Amino acid sequence: MRQRLDYLKESPSQTAGPYVHIGLAPGAAGFDIYRNELGQDIAGTEAKGERIRIEGVVIDGGGSPVKDVLLEAWQANADGIYAHPEHPGEVENGFCGWGRVITDFETGEWAFDTVKPGPVMGRNGQMMAPHINLWIVARGINIGLHTRLYFSDEAEANANDPIINLIEWTDRRETLIAIRQAGSSSYRFDIRLQGDDETVFFDI
Amino acid sequence: MLKPAEFYQRDRERHPPALTKDYKTSVKRSPQYALISLENTASEITGPVFGHADIDPIDNDLLLNYAQDGASPIGERIILHGRVLDENGRPVPNTLVEIWQANAGGRYRHKKDTYLAPIDPNFGGCGRTMTDENGYYYFRTVKPGAYPWRNWVNNWRPAHIHLSVFGSAFAQRLITQCYFEGDPLIKKCPIVATIPDDDAIEQLIAVLDLNATIPLDTIAYKFDIVLRGRRSTLFENRLEGN
Ligand SMILES: [Fe+3]
Repeated sequence: MRQRLDYLKESPSQTAGPYVHIGLAPGAAGFDIYRNELGQDIAGTEAKGERIRIEGVVIDGGGSPVKDVLLEAWQANADGIYAHPEHPGEVENGFCGWGRVITDFETGEWAFDTVKPGPVMGRNGQMMAPHINLWIVARGINIGLHTRLYFSDEAEANANDPIINLIEWTDRRETLIAIRQAGSSSYRFDIRLQGDDETVFFDI
Repeated sequence: MLKPAEFYQRDRERHPPALTKDYKTSVKRSPQYALISLENTASEITGPVFGHADIDPIDNDLLLNYAQDGASPIGERIILHGRVLDENGRPVPNTLVEIWQANAGGRYRHKKDTYLAPIDPNFGGCGRTMTDENGYYYFRTVKPGAYPWRNWVNNWRPAHIHLSVFGSAFAQRLITQCYFEGDPLIKKCPIVATIPDDDAIEQLIAVLDLNATIPLDTIAYKFDIVLRGRRSTLFENRLEGN
């Protein structure tokens, strides 16, 4: 008999369900249990770069806001460095680049504060435009959805971004661009799970 | 020298697809365009790193972490333990595992849960821990109860514990659920049935582990979690340049 490959297989995903907050953000579920909840402060106080706010809502295929979603953000610092031992370079004290974002249970609106990331070195020496990686879980989402948030005031970098340029449908590229609000440091980034203007999601 | 490189492609034939019509909530929450496949970049092969200072030792003990002085939650006392491994069979050390669950009556401590079973004043229903250097983790808790949910008129979730695991990179991020050996509701559950592969479903069923029980005290279930494996290459992987 021929030999067998002896790899294990990844555990299959299951929905995070409606009560994901109990495990990942118990304060939002309505109780206080841990000394510190993780993912509350993405950038810390010492991070360089522009302080920004990202706001949005996740919208389902019927046009309704998804009110029980949880998002995680993962980003580089203003120099394009991830707070991870395999990424060369240093980040500021207190910068972790990761955060958890909870929606308002009544409106579905979410927001988080951070610093604007810098461009990140991608594959084959190609620079990636500044971006924040987002991962979205909720009731009814069977496997977490990965997307990327880019910035409307980085048009030139976005035009050369190797990931954006993978998307053949040029009109769908717009779904990854957070829109800077006039006269403020806030960006708007609505995520559409379904429909003609469905957000681009990635299989990473 | 072997350099760690990309993660193995996720086997989408073992994961649930986005649209699973018998799990009704997925119908309007499932993307319809194909996912865009990305070769891993620095954004995917990095991820948040946690340390023991981020959590407390009591956080993995759900019998104690929300109990009033000297009291205990009601229910079957269980140990849930196992290893976090990758697809190469290697342990994933020092990674964060978070769990949440209903109490023994099937009720969640959540302001949106209105099931008539009572809240247990001594049970919060969440825990977290870091795997040790061998990828090993354990929790002490009570066995969760089955609970009804709105899907078909008469759907009951099998007893289950939700788990969230990080691994070493954002590409390995995973949320799943652990079921318990012998539960007849597993085969009836539209959420379990979102998984298209029977062997993959089996992988989510914790097995009774009498060797790990504490006699006259706590029964044990073993549950290993497998995260995506990673290539090692003898050759320049071109991730960072050239
Ligand atoms: Fe549940």
